[in-house]
Amino acid sequence: MKEIVVIIGGGIAGLEAASKLLDLGYSPIIVEKSGRLGGHVARWNRLFPDMTPAADIVSELTERTKGANIFLNTEISFINRLRDSYNIKLSNGISINTSYILFTTGFSLFEAEKKEEYGYGVYDQVITNGDLEQWFNTGEDHRISGKEIGHIGFVHCVGSRDEKARNSQCSKVCCITAIKQAIELKEKFPDAEIWCFYMDLRLFGKKFEDFYTKAQRDYGIHFIRGRVSEVSENIEGKVIVKAEDTLAGKPIKITLDLLVLMSGMVCSQDSTKTAGMLSLPVDSDGFLKSSDNVMHITSSPKNGIFYAGACTGPKTVPETLAEARSAVLEIHSHISRK
Amino acid sequence: MMENIFGFSISPSSAINMDKVDRALFEELCRVEPDAVRCMACGSCSATCPAAAFSGMSIRKVLLCLQRGKEKEAFRMMSNCMLCGKCTMVCPRGINTRRLVLSISRIYGKEDTK
Ligand SMILES: Cc1cc2nc3c(=O)[nH]c(=O)nc-3n(C[C@H](O)[C@H](O)[C@H](O)COP(=O)(O)OP(=O)(O)OC[C@H]3O[C@@H](n4cnc5c(N)ncnc54)[C@H](O)[C@@H]3O)c2cc1C
Ligand code: SF4
Ligand code: SF4
Ligand code: SF4
Repeated sequence: MKEIVVIIGGGIAGLEAASKLLDLGYSPIIVEKSGRLGGHVARWNRLFPDMTPAADIVSELTERTKGANIFLNTEISFINRLRDSYNIKLSNGISINTSYILFTTGFSLFEAEKKEEYGYGVYDQVITNGDLEQWFNTGEDHRISGKEIGHIGFVHCVGSRDEKARNSQCSKVCCITAIKQAIELKEKFPDAEIWCFYMDLRLFGKKFEDFYTKAQRDYGIHFIRGRVSEVSENIEGKVIVKAEDTLAGKPIKITLDLLVLMSGMVCSQDSTKTAGMLSLPVDSDGFLKSSDNVMHITSSPKNGIFYAGACTGPKTVPETLAEARSAVLEIHSHISRK
Repeated sequence: MMENIFGFSISPSSAINMDKVDRALFEELCRVEPDAVRCMACGSCSATCPAAAFSGMSIRKVLLCLQRGKEKEAFRMMSNCMLCGKCTMVCPRGINTRRLVLSISRIYGKEDTK
Protein backbone atom coordinates (compact mmCIF):
# COMPACT_ATOMS: atom_id res chain seq x y z
CA MET A 1 0.00 0.00 0.00
CA LYS A 2 1.18 3.49 -0.79
CA GLU A 3 2.08 5.39 2.37
CA ILE A 4 -0.22 8.34 3.09
CA VAL A 5 1.24 11.69 4.15
CA VAL A 6 -1.12 14.38 5.42
CA ILE A 7 0.03 17.90 4.55
CA ILE A 8 -1.60 20.64 6.59
CA GLY A 9 -1.57 23.86 4.55
CA GLY A 10 -1.70 24.28 0.77
CA GLY A 11 0.76 27.17 0.41
CA ILE A 12 3.90 26.80 -1.67
CA ALA A 13 5.54 24.65 1.02
CA GLY A 14 2.61 22.21 1.03
CA LEU A 15 2.39 22.12 -2.76
CA GLU A 16 6.10 21.56 -3.30
CA ALA A 17 6.13 18.80 -0.68
CA ALA A 18 3.11 17.12 -2.25
CA SER A 19 4.70 17.20 -5.69
CA LYS A 20 7.92 15.61 -4.42
CA LEU A 21 6.01 12.97 -2.43
CA LEU A 22 4.12 12.08 -5.61
CA ASP A 23 7.44 11.75 -7.45
CA LEU A 24 8.59 9.29 -4.81
CA GLY A 25 5.41 7.23 -5.16
CA TYR A 26 3.64 8.26 -1.95
CA SER A 27 0.10 9.40 -1.50
CA PRO A 28 -0.08 13.00 -0.22
CA ILE A 29 -3.29 14.55 1.06
CA ILE A 30 -3.38 18.36 1.28
CA VAL A 31 -5.74 19.95 3.80
CA GLU A 32 -6.17 23.66 3.07
CA LYS A 33 -8.43 25.83 5.18
CA SER A 34 -8.99 28.54 2.56
CA GLY A 35 -10.70 28.21 -0.79
CA ARG A 36 -7.55 28.21 -2.92
CA LEU A 37 -4.00 26.95 -3.13
CA GLY A 38 -0.77 28.92 -3.02
CA GLY A 39 -1.05 30.58 0.39
CA HIS A 40 0.43 34.06 0.62
CA VAL A 41 2.35 33.78 -2.63
CA ALA A 42 -0.99 33.58 -4.46
CA ARG A 43 -1.64 37.09 -3.14
CA TRP A 44 1.67 38.56 -4.26
CA ASN A 45 2.39 39.99 -7.71
CA ARG A 46 6.08 39.75 -8.64
CA LEU A 47 8.78 38.14 -6.52
CA PHE A 48 12.24 39.37 -5.61
CA PRO A 49 14.99 38.98 -6.62
CA ASP A 50 14.15 38.33 -10.30
CA MET A 51 10.63 39.81 -10.44
CA THR A 52 9.20 36.39 -11.29
CA PRO A 53 5.40 36.52 -11.59
CA ALA A 54 4.05 34.90 -8.41
CA ALA A 55 1.12 33.46 -10.38
CA ASP A 56 3.53 31.42 -12.53
CA ILE A 57 5.02 29.77 -9.47
CA VAL A 58 1.65 28.93 -7.98
CA SER A 59 0.31 27.54 -11.24
CA GLU A 60 3.41 25.45 -11.86
CA LEU A 61 3.22 23.98 -8.36
CA THR A 62 -0.52 23.38 -8.63
CA GLU A 63 -0.03 21.63 -11.95
CA ARG A 64 2.56 19.31 -10.41
CA THR A 65 0.27 18.29 -7.53
CA LYS A 66 -2.63 17.17 -9.70
CA GLY A 67 -2.23 13.59 -8.49
CA ALA A 68 -2.63 14.54 -4.83
CA ASN A 69 -5.80 14.46 -2.81
CA ILE A 70 -6.66 18.06 -2.08
CA PHE A 71 -9.32 19.28 0.34
CA LEU A 72 -10.02 23.00 0.11
CA ASN A 73 -12.07 24.93 2.68
CA THR A 74 -11.21 22.18 5.11
CA GLU A 75 -9.76 22.25 8.58
CA ILE A 76 -8.53 19.71 11.03
CA SER A 77 -11.27 19.03 13.60
CA PHE A 78 -9.17 16.86 15.83
CA ILE A 79 -6.21 14.49 15.85
CA ASN A 80 -6.01 11.33 17.93
CA ARG A 81 -2.71 9.77 18.64
CA LEU A 82 -2.85 5.99 18.20
CA ARG A 83 -0.02 3.60 19.07
CA ASP A 84 2.15 4.38 16.07
CA SER A 85 -0.07 6.43 13.85
CA TYR A 86 -2.47 9.37 13.95
CA ASN A 87 -6.18 9.49 13.31
CA ILE A 88 -7.19 12.81 11.78
CA LYS A 89 -10.76 14.01 11.57
CA LEU A 90 -11.40 16.71 8.98
CA SER A 91 -14.13 19.37 9.15
CA ASN A 92 -15.79 17.76 6.08
CA GLY A 93 -16.36 14.58 8.08
CA ILE A 94 -13.62 12.52 6.45
CA SER A 95 -11.22 10.72 8.72
CA ILE A 96 -7.71 9.67 7.75
CA ASN A 97 -5.26 7.30 9.34
CA THR A 98 -1.62 8.17 8.77
CA SER A 99 1.84 7.81 10.29
CA TYR A 100 3.15 11.03 8.78
CA ILE A 101 1.94 14.60 9.15
CA LEU A 102 3.69 17.56 7.54
CA PHE A 103 2.90 21.03 8.87
CA THR A 104 3.11 23.67 6.13
CA THR A 105 0.79 26.08 7.87
CA GLY A 106 2.88 29.17 7.08
CA PHE A 107 2.66 32.57 8.73
CA SER A 108 0.29 35.50 9.22
CA LEU A 109 0.91 39.06 8.21
CA PHE A 110 1.16 41.23 11.34
CA GLU A 111 -2.10 43.17 11.79
CA ALA A 112 -0.93 46.71 11.17
CA GLU A 113 -3.89 48.28 12.99
CA LYS A 114 -2.33 47.05 16.21
CA LYS A 115 0.38 49.70 15.79
CA GLU A 116 -2.11 52.49 16.42
CA GLU A 117 0.46 55.28 16.08
CA TYR A 118 0.84 54.45 12.36
CA GLY A 119 -2.84 55.03 11.67
CA TYR A 120 -3.69 51.98 9.55
CA GLY A 121 -7.46 51.74 9.31
CA VAL A 122 -7.71 55.31 10.66
CA TYR A 123 -6.08 57.43 7.95
CA ASP A 124 -7.11 56.61 4.43
CA GLN A 125 -3.69 57.01 2.84
CA VAL A 126 -1.96 54.44 5.04
CA ILE A 127 -1.77 50.97 3.47
CA THR A 128 0.24 47.77 4.03
CA ASN A 129 2.69 45.77 1.94
CA GLY A 130 -0.07 43.19 1.46
CA ASP A 131 -2.52 45.84 0.20
CA LEU A 132 0.10 47.07 -2.25
CA GLU A 133 0.74 43.59 -3.71
CA GLN A 134 -3.04 43.30 -4.07
CA TRP A 135 -3.12 46.59 -5.97
CA PHE A 136 -0.29 45.46 -8.26
CA ASN A 137 -2.47 42.43 -9.04
CA THR A 138 -5.86 44.04 -9.44
CA GLY A 139 -5.16 47.72 -10.08
CA GLU A 140 -8.07 48.44 -7.79
CA ASP A 141 -7.62 50.46 -4.64
CA HIS A 142 -9.33 53.80 -4.11
CA ARG A 143 -6.35 54.95 -2.02
CA ILE A 144 -3.96 54.68 -4.98
CA SER A 145 -5.78 54.51 -8.32
CA GLY A 146 -6.66 57.85 -9.83
CA LYS A 147 -4.95 59.74 -7.01
CA GLU A 148 -2.15 62.22 -7.43
CA ILE A 149 0.76 60.40 -5.83
CA GLY A 150 3.79 62.65 -5.53
CA HIS A 151 5.35 61.59 -2.22
CA ILE A 152 5.42 58.05 -0.89
CA GLY A 153 6.85 56.63 2.32
CA PHE A 154 7.70 53.10 3.42
CA VAL A 155 7.87 52.17 7.08
CA HIS A 156 10.11 49.18 7.79
CA CYS A 157 9.76 46.82 10.77
CA VAL A 158 6.02 47.25 11.39
CA GLY A 159 5.24 44.76 14.13
CA SER A 160 8.72 43.24 13.85
CA ARG A 161 11.69 43.89 16.14
CA ASP A 162 9.09 45.31 18.48
CA GLU A 163 8.75 43.83 21.92
CA LYS A 164 5.64 45.84 22.66
CA ALA A 165 3.99 44.28 19.61
CA ARG A 166 5.19 40.97 21.07
CA ASN A 167 7.37 40.17 18.07
CA SER A 168 11.00 40.68 18.82
CA GLN A 169 12.15 38.81 15.72
CA CYS A 170 13.16 40.33 12.39
CA SER A 171 10.77 39.28 9.64
CA LYS A 172 13.66 39.07 7.24
CA VAL A 173 11.83 39.60 3.94
CA CYS A 174 10.39 43.07 4.48
CA CYS A 175 13.53 45.15 3.87
CA ILE A 176 13.92 43.64 0.42
CA THR A 177 10.15 43.74 -0.14
CA ALA A 178 10.09 47.46 0.69
CA ILE A 179 12.86 48.13 -1.81
CA LYS A 180 11.17 45.96 -4.43
CA GLN A 181 7.82 47.70 -3.92
CA ALA A 182 9.46 51.15 -3.88
CA ILE A 183 11.02 50.42 -7.27
CA GLU A 184 7.70 49.14 -8.60
CA LEU A 185 5.87 52.26 -7.39
CA LYS A 186 8.55 54.47 -8.91
CA GLU A 187 7.93 52.71 -12.22
CA LYS A 188 4.20 53.44 -11.90
CA PHE A 189 4.69 57.01 -10.66
CA PRO A 190 7.99 58.16 -12.25
CA ASP A 191 7.75 61.66 -10.79
CA ALA A 192 7.17 60.49 -7.23
CA GLU A 193 9.71 60.98 -4.46
CA ILE A 194 9.97 57.84 -2.36
CA TRP A 195 11.34 57.55 1.18
CA CYS A 196 12.16 54.40 3.11
CA PHE A 197 12.35 54.74 6.90
CA TYR A 198 14.48 51.92 8.27
CA MET A 199 16.34 50.95 11.45
CA ASP A 200 18.81 48.64 9.71
CA LEU A 201 18.69 47.47 6.14
CA ARG A 202 18.86 43.71 6.31
CA LEU A 203 19.56 42.59 2.77
CA PHE A 204 20.98 39.14 3.27
CA GLY A 205 19.94 37.25 0.15
CA LYS A 206 21.22 36.65 -3.33
CA LYS A 207 21.21 39.90 -5.29
CA PHE A 208 19.44 41.82 -2.49
CA GLU A 209 22.27 44.33 -2.05
CA ASP A 210 22.19 44.97 -5.81
CA PHE A 211 18.51 45.83 -5.43
CA TYR A 212 19.44 48.37 -2.80
CA THR A 213 22.07 50.17 -4.86
CA LYS A 214 19.79 50.04 -7.90
CA ALA A 215 17.03 51.65 -5.85
CA GLN A 216 19.42 54.39 -4.75
CA ARG A 217 21.15 55.13 -8.00
CA ASP A 218 18.73 54.23 -10.78
CA TYR A 219 15.45 55.00 -9.05
CA GLY A 220 16.48 57.82 -6.71
CA ILE A 221 14.78 56.25 -3.71
CA HIS A 222 15.75 57.96 -0.47
CA PHE A 223 16.66 56.12 2.69
CA ILE A 224 16.27 57.61 6.13
CA ARG A 225 17.63 55.73 9.11
CA GLY A 226 15.10 56.15 11.88
CA ARG A 227 11.96 54.45 13.04
CA VAL A 228 8.78 56.35 12.30
CA SER A 229 7.46 57.46 15.66
CA GLU A 230 4.08 58.83 14.66
CA VAL A 231 1.82 59.50 11.74
CA SER A 232 -0.90 62.13 11.55
CA GLU A 233 -3.23 63.45 8.88
CA ASN A 234 -3.63 67.01 7.63
CA ILE A 235 -6.76 68.74 6.40
CA GLU A 236 -6.11 67.70 2.78
CA GLY A 237 -5.98 64.05 3.78
CA LYS A 238 -2.22 63.77 3.38
CA VAL A 239 -0.20 61.95 6.01
CA ILE A 240 2.54 63.61 8.02
CA VAL A 241 5.33 61.36 9.19
CA LYS A 242 7.67 62.14 12.06
CA ALA A 243 10.89 60.33 12.79
CA GLU A 244 14.42 60.99 13.88
CA ASP A 245 16.96 61.08 11.09
CA THR A 246 19.43 59.24 13.29
CA LEU A 247 22.33 59.76 10.87
CA ALA A 248 21.83 63.51 11.07
CA GLY A 249 20.85 63.34 14.73
CA LYS A 250 17.87 65.55 14.03
CA PRO A 251 14.10 65.15 14.04
CA ILE A 252 12.64 64.94 10.55
CA LYS A 253 9.16 65.58 9.23
CA ILE A 254 7.64 64.92 5.83
CA THR A 255 4.21 65.14 4.22
CA LEU A 256 3.19 62.20 2.04
CA ASP A 257 0.41 61.14 -0.31
CA LEU A 258 0.77 57.46 0.51
CA LEU A 259 2.37 55.56 3.36
CA VAL A 260 3.10 51.85 3.06
CA LEU A 261 3.59 49.84 6.25
CA MET A 262 5.88 46.82 5.99
CA SER A 263 3.90 44.40 8.14
CA GLY A 264 6.03 41.59 9.44
CA MET A 265 5.66 37.82 9.35
CA VAL A 266 4.24 36.37 12.55
CA CYS A 267 3.16 32.87 13.46
CA SER A 268 -0.39 32.13 12.35
CA GLN A 269 -3.01 31.31 14.97
CA ASP A 270 -4.25 28.48 12.75
CA SER A 271 -0.80 27.02 12.86
CA THR A 272 -0.46 27.04 16.63
CA LYS A 273 -4.06 25.92 17.11
CA THR A 274 -3.56 22.78 15.04
CA ALA A 275 -0.11 22.18 16.53
CA GLY A 276 -1.73 22.46 19.93
CA MET A 277 -3.88 19.40 19.15
CA LEU A 278 -0.65 17.40 19.20
CA SER A 279 0.90 19.37 22.08
CA LEU A 280 3.70 20.50 19.77
CA PRO A 281 5.93 23.16 21.36
CA VAL A 282 6.18 26.78 20.27
CA ASP A 283 9.59 28.51 20.07
CA SER A 284 10.46 31.78 21.81
CA ASP A 285 9.61 33.71 18.62
CA GLY A 286 6.06 32.30 18.59
CA PHE A 287 6.65 30.01 15.59
CA LEU A 288 6.54 26.20 15.75
CA LYS A 289 9.58 24.77 17.46
CA SER A 290 11.80 22.42 15.51
CA SER A 291 13.55 19.62 17.34
CA ASP A 292 16.78 21.48 16.57
CA ASN A 293 17.30 24.80 14.80
CA VAL A 294 20.56 23.81 13.10
CA MET A 295 20.47 20.18 12.09
CA HIS A 296 16.78 19.32 12.21
CA ILE A 297 14.74 22.35 11.29
CA THR A 298 12.13 20.20 9.50
CA SER A 299 11.64 17.76 12.38
CA SER A 300 9.27 18.27 15.27
CA PRO A 301 10.08 16.69 18.61
CA LYS A 302 7.31 14.14 17.92
CA ASN A 303 7.61 10.99 15.91
CA GLY A 304 6.18 11.22 12.39
CA ILE A 305 5.50 14.95 12.52
CA PHE A 306 7.47 17.32 10.29
CA TYR A 307 7.60 21.00 9.38
CA ALA A 308 8.39 22.96 6.24
CA GLY A 309 8.24 26.62 5.29
CA ALA A 310 7.25 29.71 7.20
CA CYS A 311 5.50 27.84 10.04
CA THR A 312 8.88 27.68 11.80
CA GLY A 313 9.90 31.28 11.06
CA PRO A 314 10.14 33.96 8.35
CA LYS A 315 11.44 32.58 5.07
CA THR A 316 11.76 33.51 1.42
CA VAL A 317 10.17 31.48 -1.37
CA PRO A 318 13.37 29.61 -2.37
CA GLU A 319 14.08 28.83 1.29
CA THR A 320 10.54 27.57 1.75
CA LEU A 321 10.73 25.35 -1.33
CA ALA A 322 14.11 23.97 -0.28
CA GLU A 323 12.71 23.11 3.14
CA ALA A 324 9.70 21.38 1.62
CA ARG A 325 12.03 19.16 -0.41
CA SER A 326 14.20 18.50 2.60
CA ALA A 327 11.20 17.54 4.75
CA VAL A 328 10.06 15.12 2.04
CA LEU A 329 13.46 13.49 2.01
CA GLU A 330 13.33 13.20 5.80
CA ILE A 331 9.92 11.52 5.59
CA HIS A 332 11.17 9.26 2.81
CA SER A 333 14.11 8.06 4.93
CA HIS A 334 11.77 7.35 7.84
CA ILE A 335 9.48 5.27 5.66
CA SER A 336 12.39 3.43 4.04
CA ARG A 337 13.80 2.52 7.44
CA LYS A 338 10.53 0.83 8.52
CA MET B 1 18.10 93.28 29.99
CA MET B 2 16.07 90.75 31.91
CA GLU B 3 18.09 87.96 33.38
CA ASN B 4 17.45 84.42 32.28
CA ILE B 5 16.33 83.08 35.61
CA PHE B 6 15.32 79.68 34.24
CA GLY B 7 18.80 78.71 33.11
CA PHE B 8 17.78 77.93 29.56
CA SER B 9 17.11 79.89 26.41
CA ILE B 10 15.15 79.27 23.27
CA SER B 11 17.21 78.20 20.29
CA PRO B 12 16.00 77.84 16.68
CA SER B 13 14.57 74.43 15.82
CA SER B 14 17.10 72.07 14.29
CA ALA B 15 14.35 69.81 12.95
CA ILE B 16 14.41 68.93 9.28
CA ASN B 17 11.26 69.67 7.36
CA MET B 18 11.56 67.73 4.11
CA ASP B 19 8.53 69.51 2.66
CA LYS B 20 10.59 72.70 2.49
CA VAL B 21 13.83 71.30 1.09
CA ASP B 22 14.68 72.44 -2.42
CA ARG B 23 16.28 69.47 -4.16
CA ALA B 24 17.10 71.12 -7.48
CA LEU B 25 20.85 71.52 -6.95
CA PHE B 26 21.26 68.06 -5.50
CA GLU B 27 19.50 66.64 -8.54
CA GLU B 28 21.85 68.60 -10.76
CA LEU B 29 24.74 67.12 -8.80
CA CYS B 30 23.34 63.61 -9.31
CA ARG B 31 23.30 64.12 -13.05
CA VAL B 32 27.09 64.54 -13.08
CA GLU B 33 27.78 62.35 -10.04
CA PRO B 34 25.15 59.60 -10.06
CA ASP B 35 27.03 57.83 -7.28
CA ALA B 36 26.29 60.64 -4.86
CA VAL B 37 23.17 58.78 -3.72
CA ARG B 38 24.85 55.43 -3.29
CA CYS B 39 26.44 56.25 0.05
CA MET B 40 25.42 53.70 2.68
CA ALA B 41 26.62 55.78 5.62
CA CYS B 42 29.36 53.37 6.67
CA GLY B 43 31.60 56.20 7.88
CA SER B 44 34.85 54.87 6.37
CA CYS B 45 35.52 58.17 4.63
CA SER B 46 35.26 60.21 7.82
CA ALA B 47 37.31 57.73 9.81
CA THR B 48 40.21 57.99 7.43
CA CYS B 49 40.00 61.70 6.65
CA PRO B 50 43.01 63.64 7.98
CA ALA B 51 40.88 66.77 8.18
CA ALA B 52 38.13 65.08 10.19
CA ALA B 53 39.79 65.09 13.58
CA PHE B 54 40.23 68.85 13.84
CA SER B 55 37.45 70.13 11.59
CA GLY B 56 34.61 67.62 11.67
CA MET B 57 34.87 67.09 7.90
CA SER B 58 32.91 64.06 6.76
CA ILE B 59 31.86 63.18 3.23
CA ARG B 60 29.03 61.12 4.68
CA LYS B 61 27.71 64.14 6.56
CA VAL B 62 28.24 66.48 3.60
CA LEU B 63 26.08 64.23 1.42
CA LEU B 64 23.44 63.99 4.12
CA CYS B 65 23.41 67.75 4.73
CA LEU B 66 22.99 68.50 1.04
CA GLN B 67 20.01 66.15 0.87
CA ARG B 68 18.43 67.64 3.97
CA GLY B 69 18.72 71.25 2.86
CA LYS B 70 21.60 72.09 5.20
CA GLU B 71 23.99 73.48 2.56
CA LYS B 72 25.71 75.92 4.91
CA GLU B 73 26.71 73.12 7.24
CA ALA B 74 28.03 71.13 4.28
CA PHE B 75 30.17 74.02 3.06
CA ARG B 76 31.53 74.67 6.54
CA MET B 77 32.81 71.10 6.59
CA MET B 78 34.01 71.03 2.99
CA SER B 79 36.16 74.12 3.39
CA ASN B 80 38.54 71.90 5.41
CA CYS B 81 39.03 69.28 2.71
CA MET B 82 42.58 69.06 1.42
CA LEU B 83 41.61 66.96 -1.59
CA CYS B 84 44.05 64.26 -0.53
CA GLY B 85 41.77 61.49 -1.80
CA LYS B 86 42.15 59.11 1.14
CA CYS B 87 38.37 58.87 1.44
CA THR B 88 38.06 57.67 -2.16
CA MET B 89 40.54 54.92 -1.45
CA VAL B 90 38.45 53.43 1.37
CA CYS B 91 34.87 53.93 0.19
CA PRO B 92 33.38 50.41 -0.14
CA ARG B 93 30.81 51.66 -2.64
CA GLY B 94 33.57 52.91 -4.91
CA ILE B 95 32.27 56.46 -4.84
CA ASN B 96 34.80 58.95 -6.16
CA THR B 97 34.42 61.12 -3.09
CA ARG B 98 37.31 63.39 -3.91
CA ARG B 99 35.82 64.27 -7.29
CA LEU B 100 32.49 64.65 -5.52
CA VAL B 101 33.91 67.44 -3.38
CA LEU B 102 35.01 69.24 -6.54
CA SER B 103 31.67 68.73 -8.28
CA ILE B 104 29.77 69.95 -5.26
CA SER B 105 31.87 73.10 -5.11
CA ARG B 106 31.33 73.70 -8.80
CA ILE B 107 27.57 73.17 -8.83
CA TYR B 108 26.68 74.75 -5.53
CA GLY B 109 29.28 77.47 -5.98
CA LYS B 110 27.28 78.84 -8.90
CA GLU B 111 24.57 79.82 -6.47
CA ASP B 112 25.16 82.29 -3.77
CA THR B 113 24.71 79.82 -0.97
CA LYS B 114 27.92 80.48 0.87
C1 LIG C 1 4.66 41.21 1.77
C2 LIG C 1 5.47 39.98 1.47
C3 LIG C 1 6.05 39.82 0.21
C4 LIG C 1 6.84 38.71 -0.06
N1 LIG C 1 7.46 38.65 -1.28
C5 LIG C 1 8.34 37.64 -1.50
C6 LIG C 1 9.12 37.62 -2.71
O1 LIG C 1 8.97 38.51 -3.56
N2 LIG C 1 10.03 36.61 -2.88
C7 LIG C 1 10.21 35.64 -1.93
O2 LIG C 1 11.10 34.78 -2.10
N3 LIG C 1 9.46 35.62 -0.79
C8 LIG C 1 8.54 36.59 -0.56
N4 LIG C 1 7.80 36.58 0.61
C9 LIG C 1 7.86 35.40 1.51
C10 LIG C 1 6.79 34.34 1.07
O3 LIG C 1 5.52 34.91 1.16
C11 LIG C 1 6.89 33.10 1.96
O4 LIG C 1 8.17 32.53 1.80
C12 LIG C 1 5.87 32.02 1.62
O5 LIG C 1 4.58 32.54 1.61
C13 LIG C 1 5.93 30.86 2.62
O6 LIG C 1 5.09 29.84 2.17
P1 LIG C 1 4.38 28.81 3.15
O7 LIG C 1 3.74 27.80 2.28
O8 LIG C 1 5.35 28.34 4.17
O9 LIG C 1 3.29 29.65 3.96
P2 LIG C 1 1.96 30.43 3.50
O10 LIG C 1 2.16 31.14 2.24
O11 LIG C 1 1.55 31.23 4.69
O12 LIG C 1 0.88 29.27 3.27
C14 LIG C 1 0.32 28.56 4.33
C15 LIG C 1 -0.98 27.93 3.90
O13 LIG C 1 -1.46 27.08 4.94
C16 LIG C 1 -2.84 27.30 5.17
N5 LIG C 1 -3.11 26.95 6.57
C17 LIG C 1 -2.56 27.57 7.67
N6 LIG C 1 -2.99 26.96 8.80
C18 LIG C 1 -3.81 25.93 8.40
C19 LIG C 1 -4.52 24.95 9.12
N7 LIG C 1 -4.46 24.88 10.45
N8 LIG C 1 -5.25 24.06 8.40
C20 LIG C 1 -5.29 24.11 7.05
N9 LIG C 1 -4.63 25.02 6.32
C21 LIG C 1 -3.88 25.93 7.00
C22 LIG C 1 -3.03 28.75 4.83
O14 LIG C 1 -4.38 29.01 4.48
C23 LIG C 1 -2.09 28.92 3.63
O15 LIG C 1 -2.73 28.59 2.42
C24 LIG C 1 7.02 37.69 0.92
C25 LIG C 1 6.41 37.84 2.18
C26 LIG C 1 5.69 38.98 2.48
C27 LIG C 1 5.11 39.12 3.85
S1 SF4 D 1 13.67 42.56 7.25
FE1 SF4 D 1 14.06 44.75 7.55
S2 SF4 D 1 11.98 45.64 7.72
FE2 SF4 D 1 11.78 43.44 8.08
S3 SF4 D 1 11.87 43.23 10.30
FE3 SF4 D 1 13.96 42.87 9.48
S4 SF4 D 1 14.96 44.85 9.58
FE4 SF4 D 1 12.75 45.22 9.81
S1 SF4 E 1 39.86 64.22 0.15
FE1 SF4 E 1 39.10 65.66 1.69
S2 SF4 E 1 37.41 64.54 2.64
FE2 SF4 E 1 38.65 63.01 1.55
S3 SF4 E 1 40.07 62.26 3.07
FE3 SF4 E 1 41.09 63.91 2.01
S4 SF4 E 1 40.64 65.71 3.25
FE4 SF4 E 1 39.22 64.14 3.89
S1 SF4 F 1 32.95 55.64 2.67
FE1 SF4 F 1 31.56 55.82 0.93
S2 SF4 F 1 29.72 54.65 1.53
FE2 SF4 F 1 30.96 54.97 3.39
S3 SF4 F 1 30.05 56.82 4.31
FE3 SF4 F 1 31.77 57.48 3.04
S4 SF4 F 1 30.86 57.95 1.04
FE4 SF4 F 1 29.37 56.76 2.17
